Amino acid sequence: MNAKASSRNDLYLILGFIVAVALGPIIMTPFGGYPDLLQKFAIFGIFAIGFNILFGLTGYLSFGHAAFLGAGSYAAVWCFKLVGMNVLPAIISAMIVGGLFSALIGFVSLRRSGIYFSILTLAFAQMCYNLAYSVLGQPGMNLTNGETGLQLKLDDPRYFGESASESGTIPPTSMFGIEMKQIHEFDLFGMTVQVSNGYFVCALFVILAFYVSMRIFRSPFGMMLRAVKTNQNRMSYTGLNTRPYALAAFVISGMYAGLAGGLMSAMDPLAGAERMQWTASGEVVLMTILGGAGTLIGPIIGAGVIKYLENIFSSFNDQVMTGFFDFLPDWLGSAMVWITSPFVGEGWHLTLGVIFMLIVIFLPGGLMEGFARIGRLFRGSRKRGEGAADAPRVPAE
Amino acid sequence: MTILTVRNINKRFGGLKALNEVNLTIEEGTVHAIIGPNGAGKSTLLNCFIGRLEPDTGTVEFNGTSLLGLKPHQINQAGVSRVFQTPEIFGELTLLENVMIPAFAKRDGAFTLNAWGPVRGERSLMERAMEMLNDVGLAKKANDVSGQLSRGDKRRLELAMCLVQEPKLLLLDEPTAGMARADTNNTIDLLKEIAGRGITMVVIEHDMHVVFSLAQKISVLAQGTVIAEDLPQNIKGNPKVQEAYLGGAHL
Amino acid sequence: MDQILLQILNGLDKGSAYALIALGLTLIFGTLGVVNFAHGALFMLGAFCTVSLNKLLTMEQVVLDETRMTAWGTPMEIRTPFVEAWFGEFGTTLVEYAVPLSILVAIPVMLLVGVTMERGLIKHFYKRPHAEQILVTFGLAIVLQEIIKAWFGANPIPQSEPDALGGMLDFGAAIGMTEGTITYPAWRLVYFLFAGVVITGVFCFLQFTTFGMVVRAGMADRETVGLLGINIDKRFTFMFGLAAVVAGLAGVMYTPILSPDYHLGMDFLVLSFVVVVVGGMGSLGGAVMAGFLLGILQSFTAMKRPAIFPDAADRTVGEDILNVWYTILEYLPGIDQIIIYLAAVVVLLVRPRGLMGRKGVMET
Repeated sequence: MNAKASSRNDLYLILGFIVAVALGPIIMTPFGGYPDLLQKFAIFGIFAIGFNILFGLTGYLSFGHAAFLGAGSYAAVWCFKLVGMNVLPAIISAMIVGGLFSALIGFVSLRRSGIYFSILTLAFAQMCYNLAYSVLGQPGMNLTNGETGLQLKLDDPRYFGESASESGTIPPTSMFGIEMKQIHEFDLFGMTVQVSNGYFVCALFVILAFYVSMRIFRSPFGMMLRAVKTNQNRMSYTGLNTRPYALAAFVISGMYAGLAGGLMSAMDPLAGAERMQWTASGEVVLMTILGGAGTLIGPIIGAGVIKYLENIFSSFNDQVMTGFFDFLPDWLGSAMVWITSPFVGEGWHLTLGVIFMLIVIFLPGGLMEGFARIGRLFRGSRKRGEGAADAPRVPAE
Repeated sequence: MTILTVRNINKRFGGLKALNEVNLTIEEGTVHAIIGPNGAGKSTLLNCFIGRLEPDTGTVEFNGTSLLGLKPHQINQAGVSRVFQTPEIFGELTLLENVMIPAFAKRDGAFTLNAWGPVRGERSLMERAMEMLNDVGLAKKANDVSGQLSRGDKRRLELAMCLVQEPKLLLLDEPTAGMARADTNNTIDLLKEIAGRGITMVVIEHDMHVVFSLAQKISVLAQGTVIAEDLPQNIKGNPKVQEAYLGGAHL
Repeated sequence: MDQILLQILNGLDKGSAYALIALGLTLIFGTLGVVNFAHGALFMLGAFCTVSLNKLLTMEQVVLDETRMTAWGTPMEIRTPFVEAWFGEFGTTLVEYAVPLSILVAIPVMLLVGVTMERGLIKHFYKRPHAEQILVTFGLAIVLQEIIKAWFGANPIPQSEPDALGGMLDFGAAIGMTEGTITYPAWRLVYFLFAGVVITGVFCFLQFTTFGMVVRAGMADRETVGLLGINIDKRFTFMFGLAAVVAGLAGVMYTPILSPDYHLGMDFLVLSFVVVVVGGMGSLGGAVMAGFLLGILQSFTAMKRPAIFPDAADRTVGEDILNVWYTILEYLPGIDQIIIYLAAVVVLLVRPRGLMGRKGVMET
């Protein structure tokens, strides 16, 4: 066994990941990277890493993970309202709340497996959305502030902090005095690189999240989760109780979602019910399968690709598109604008749906499988070049 | 010493009486074969031992404790392992992982949140799993994905998965079904070797060659009832048994 | 008593919609083994058949009437729908009856949509893992609803029922109670009756035709029926089309009750899933029964204490019970929004297979 080699590979992987995250702001600058987008990469990266622990390892397809993200972000905002503006307690409480919600929903949903499970998680997430949107947003027990969303106010108590800053405004979110929104600029290779303090916090957590996920993947627990996916019957006749394994994976991924929600609120202290909608759950499913479910880095790549495309596509509008097709003859240009405009701006979700279908139809293993295929193709063609004479099949042409 | 005691088991499926007042005792350290024509209720009986089916009435006692009402994983943790008619393995995992999973189950119980240390750090378990793979002749394929194995190899892998747990009782449901003659003989040798380690085995089998090369005791089941229980050399001459098989044709 | 009857009636229209969608879901699952996450989108497409027909029928010609002036001093525009200009009275009736007329449009359209979906997409997923079947139909649901959003906009588009079938129906008077105790929108009753006809139709079709018999046999054991040399695939394609038509019609007739918008489908799909879970997957009867039960349950939790309610001293026993119920509901505001999910939780904990579920269905 080459245990040493594989542990060395893991070391390289985590080091490479840290370098990529650290250099993120510099790499992204030429591509229009600004602090908000980078934070989104990290936050949705965490969300997808967590989802992958459930879906990638156990094969349980949840359509309700946005509920845990939403619950986490509400919890964090409440923490800002009651405790203070330090992001650490907010993020920790977000994780706890995400974990609690997932334990409850998981306990009920995991009574069934397969398609049933997907249906149930979708339904319970929708229930959470309804709870947040209307039931818990009514006077009397207003936990979510309904349609408007939960926001900070000047008269929030903040028992362990200050209600208002000296200038009489709501104090900004911070970590021991370091403000999340503060942006640093520096020049490098003639570019102006912008990084916010918030990105460093997000980066720290995404690295931690990745490291923990790697430990889980390599651990006996991770192996059991893959066994759950492969053959539950054999597992129980092998003396293993499958349900707590699946539930543990569900709760861990729920805590990841809570963490992502908490970070979202830490970067921008408000929470709305739309974060819990089924489209949001669908998005994390898409990120994971786009990158490659069951692979370590696939989900993060998926999250990055989706958020980057979203950033580009939703910023387009008809004028931009007209400018883009300027080189074409007028009639063709306007035809192209007519065709493409439903896919951009407000229509970004249509593009998302189309990508979703294309990936599932043609590349269910995701980009990681795609890379592997391309890799094989290259290796294969080299081999064929070396030994074309004894190739088993000769093409008809 | 008796390891498994079955008393007055009845099981109905709708109008069909699958098991009728079945009594059976399995002695520790023996190979006990259960034979009988198709539909005699052999697999139903086995399923009652491992918690897949609940008998309508009767008791199943293993080492003095009742197995009834226990979940499959609890029965396994008590020391009963089973090889299925169609091999049940973790098809997407490697052979080594397939054997390590039951090894973990034996060491850590039905559920442990062992999520931090890597699998490859578990040297002693890994060595033990390799040993088992070696025993069944699959050590060379340890890092292959098990789903691609031949049926005979899958059966051997399943045996290794059971053996690594050092079960007190090993249940085998037609261990040589669908195997070629050479494979069957290999399997018989392997099972003999296992029996030599003192593991109690209950074998359900159609192939009389297998039964008579392995069993120390044979129970004959027909239409849900045990019609005979005897030493192998005596069972062939039993008129009831001959009656049950093809109305008296010789075995 | 009258309150109970009223709430049951109130629950029927939603229940009918749930039952119709759940019926189609179960048909598709039972025959094709695929859970169609785009089934809600089919309901929505049906609703937008009505919207389209209505738009078409009310396309207007604009004539400037020079003799009359608007307040801004420009000639007044006289707008008349083309159909009225061409057909006069008959045209007006056409516009009036746009919703029921849409049924005629929706049947071929939805059949085509369903068959195209099955042949073009779902067919290729029979042999692929369940997760991928779910994902691809889920993606399709997003695409369909976003296309509708791009075309018709994000806002709900109100539709109205024909006057003759609109208004309030004094249901109490019709069954011999005091007048005005139970008034009920006539269209909802129409919807319920319509759903009843469709459901009965589907059941009769499955029960009494050879085609239906083969399909039922196929639901029980696809492989064996295939071995008999019967071409199951074509029939299953048709069943998919049929389920699409059922969902579409449910959507068409629902438009006067709830103005359709693009996310209508997913809202109803999620609830219909719950209905299917409660009813027991794979059971057509369970789906229909649970649909109505949950619709009625929802309406009972949506009750509010009326403005005029007798004081404690003047109440009958029934009113006392009602009063307790109102008080409970006042402590649980908005419970009607989540009651269906709570019911599902209870059913799952008590009877994991659902009310009428069979063993072995959807368990892998």
